[in-house]
Amino acid sequence: MKLAYWMYAGPAHIGTLRVASSFKNVHAIMHAPLGDDYFNVMRSMLERERDFTPVTASIVDRHVLARGSQEKVVENITRKDKEERPDLIVLTPTCTSSILQEDLQNFVDRASMASQSDVILADVNHYRVNELQAADRTLEQVVRYYLDKARRQGTLNQPITDVPSVNIIGIFTLGFHNQHDCRELKRLLQDLGIQVNEVIPEGGSVENLRNLPKAWLNLVPYREVGLMTALYLEKEFGMPYVATTPMGIVGTAECIRQIQTHINKWAPILMGTEVDYEPYIDQQTRFVSQAAWFSRSIDCQNLTGKKAVVFGDTTHAAAMTKILAREMGVYVVCAGTYCKHDGDWFREQVQGYCDEVLITDDHTEVGDMIARVEPAAIFGSQMERHIGKRLDIPCGVISAPVHIQNFPLGYRPFLGYEGTNQIADLVYNSFTLGMEDHLLEIFGGHDTKEVITKSLSTDSDLAWDPESQAELSKIPGFVRGKIKRNTEKFARQNGMTKITVEVMYAAKEALNA
Amino acid sequence: MPSSRTSDPLTFECETGNYHTFCPISCVAWLYQKIEDSFFLVVGTKTCGYFLQNALGVMIFAEPRYAMAELEEGDISAQLNDYQELKRLCLQIKKDRNPSVIVWIGTCTTEIIKMDLEGMAPRLEAEIGIPIVVARANGLDYAFTQGEDTVLAAMAHRCPNHNQSLKDTPTQDQAVKGLLSFLPLQGKEKESQQSQNSIQHPPLVLFGSLPSSVVSQLNLELKKQSIHVSGWLPAQRYTELPSLGEGVYVCGVNPFLSRTATTLMRRKKCKLISAPFPIGPDGTRAWIEKICSVFAIQPNGLEEREKQVWDGLKDYLDLVRGKSVFFMGDNLLEVSLARFLIRCGMIVYEIGIPYMDKRYQAAELALLQKTCQEMGVPIPRIVEKPDNYNQVQRMRELQPDLAITGMAHANPLEARGISTKWSVEFTFAQIHGFTNARDILELVTRPLRRNLSLEALGWAGLVKRDKLNA
Repeated sequence: MKLAYWMYAGPAHIGTLRVASSFKNVHAIMHAPLGDDYFNVMRSMLERERDFTPVTASIVDRHVLARGSQEKVVENITRKDKEERPDLIVLTPTCTSSILQEDLQNFVDRASMASQSDVILADVNHYRVNELQAADRTLEQVVRYYLDKARRQGTLNQPITDVPSVNIIGIFTLGFHNQHDCRELKRLLQDLGIQVNEVIPEGGSVENLRNLPKAWLNLVPYREVGLMTALYLEKEFGMPYVATTPMGIVGTAECIRQIQTHINKWAPILMGTEVDYEPYIDQQTRFVSQAAWFSRSIDCQNLTGKKAVVFGDTTHAAAMTKILAREMGVYVVCAGTYCKHDGDWFREQVQGYCDEVLITDDHTEVGDMIARVEPAAIFGSQMERHIGKRLDIPCGVISAPVHIQNFPLGYRPFLGYEGTNQIADLVYNSFTLGMEDHLLEIFGGHDTKEVITKSLSTDSDLAWDPESQAELSKIPGFVRGKIKRNTEKFARQNGMTKITVEVMYAAKEALNA
Repeated sequence: MPSSRTSDPLTFECETGNYHTFCPISCVAWLYQKIEDSFFLVVGTKTCGYFLQNALGVMIFAEPRYAMAELEEGDISAQLNDYQELKRLCLQIKKDRNPSVIVWIGTCTTEIIKMDLEGMAPRLEAEIGIPIVVARANGLDYAFTQGEDTVLAAMAHRCPNHNQSLKDTPTQDQAVKGLLSFLPLQGKEKESQQSQNSIQHPPLVLFGSLPSSVVSQLNLELKKQSIHVSGWLPAQRYTELPSLGEGVYVCGVNPFLSRTATTLMRRKKCKLISAPFPIGPDGTRAWIEKICSVFAIQPNGLEEREKQVWDGLKDYLDLVRGKSVFFMGDNLLEVSLARFLIRCGMIVYEIGIPYMDKRYQAAELALLQKTCQEMGVPIPRIVEKPDNYNQVQRMRELQPDLAITGMAHANPLEARGISTKWSVEFTFAQIHGFTNARDILELVTRPLRRNLSLEALGWAGLVKRDKLNA
């Protein structure tokens, strides 16, 4: 047992549900007790989804405990098949069902005979993997299922496309700025004359998965989800993949160069010429993206040597560490990640860009580290933002877990060249603005004359009896003043001189406040 | 309206139970704030923890007095000793927070692996010297607010015995005096003795967790009828639990407390006053009247008080009159809220509800029926264990003006042009008593007022046509 207040990555079934509900026309059925469908709330609220989340539960209750799920799971699958006609139904085990050890595979086999939809059982162990690992695994499982199916049907052997093309793997629902990143990546690829073959899972159709091998290569922008699929496709079809995150100017250039290498294996044969993206990289870096110029501009000078701490998932924390250290001259004291399963990769990535590396999923350890280091700014998840609030240190949010404000309506990619601009803004705005900082140092701080009282009434002729005073003190501070004023106003209007609890509530009712 | 139908008996339907609601462990969110010296330990998995941290949002960062005892694979396969593990965690909690009580919340997982929390608690309690209360608030058996019911039912066993406390009074008083001699107790004591002497009725204890200001409001309303509330379950602190026993009258303030009511009657031998719940001015008046009638007190000035509140609501009543409502059902407040809204002049199509205790809610159901008759509207269908999918189909037929629903369905329904109000807000807002009637309507009318301000824009349907049926 572990005493836990907060966790960075969710339970396994969340990962499976995120992948399943990202595909078009795929329905997930959770084998779970009442109340475990909280995923629907998150998707509906955080992503502000207009459509019903395609996730339902086959409820595990007392009867199920006593007699097993028996027909219930099969019935729920076939019912959903009739109601919504999904292409695929993913039966999703939860922590509860994994202890029950029912033969869910058997239910799936029976249900798939009775329904037109394909039915699979998500192959994740609740006690061994977290949300991200489960998402990675489920995506691979779905891809494998449909490619096997296509192979059996003989619809798989399609030639690769005439012009260079890529699959983008790993864009999905509730991902950190994933929608914006996807748009930016498409734009980048279009600039390079590369076709986007398929984007999975977000918005993809499972029927189109058979087209995956038509692409020249796969692009896996995020370390956490998609790598297993890319490895599978490499093994089965010899498809190369690029897993360098195009985040930051150097990172983006590196990613484009790797894409170029892979494309040039086919280009001379299929297009009669090799591609050269160097002029594009140069043009974008020096003149289109503002980030390279920003790091030369004198504003950015003030950031030189400022202390920062970075924490998040492996992709964003590693990329951010490199951007801060390599592209902006910020001094990263500590970089860390909560993806403990991928700690070695992270360590290798940030080596040379920071003093220490912290790999933990315990937020108190992160908080202690930040308190010890006292950086000028933090770049982390929502948790670090709250730690920063408590310590009065600004924080830029660069990674999940996130709140609703990290699903902005405006265009905010983190990847590609527009992403570099966004990151530059985020970094710059997180540190105290340069000149302001300078002046603060010279003149010794802001105007410190405090607002002494918020109440407009001066010495009061009204007496509050002890009970009403106690009642007043129970009211949250930010409205207390208003309640006090309203009550006194009411008392004066009614010619009262003593304020009791009764008067307080009479005032509330009278003023309808 | 076919007025003949209003005299029909209430009918109850039961569907599949495929509906969205919060897990009952969510009760820790408001109970840890209510019981100031408590610590809630949820013995469960990452799934429970993830729900809590997401559902409670910002609260998690305010050093909450609750935590997960997160079960790992070794706990499930019994490689680790449950007792030793819980002891380790509880000692840590004692060291860090020193609470007056630790509440263990049993979850689905502890049920399935049959972890004997009730058996371990007394042993551990003796060993570490902190009371441990066990409540099985799991999703296998309960929905959302019923979590509070399981906690209060467990806590009822810890209330001091009423008769005994009378006998013990002198010695206890001495001890308390000794302990608190530095406080100016004398005056207060006299006062309380005086009020004790003037009370003409048996002790009354109210049960249900409410914010402290609502507690004082309800106490005050009863005081106006010269009824003295001798205690609340739960109190502000665990150490202030009310005395219970034979001769003590109890009355519920919330519709989801049926287990607590049963426990108080059967185990603590209290007398239950079955009344409608003090939600809305009509409910509040009926609640007070029922308590008065049990104590043979002639209620005084209630009619004018109710009328006054209704008069104050006029602007909101104009907005809601004639509008229709559909309760999808997830927090058991549905019958009381529907009854209030019908009195406000609304038409209720359906009352979805997770669980319906017809005995505990008897008075509320009778008032619902009476209200329907008086307002000349048909009695709404009451659907227990609803099926959300079917409900959405019914809503497409009925096109209600307002759906009161969970957050999983709110945005999709809004996008389809059906106004919604999140049902969870009714659980957290102050809705009890005369004073807070306006707050209920504030919530109910918010989508209607929003509609008024956006009406001219013509953007009600915001999904593409082919997706409308999805």
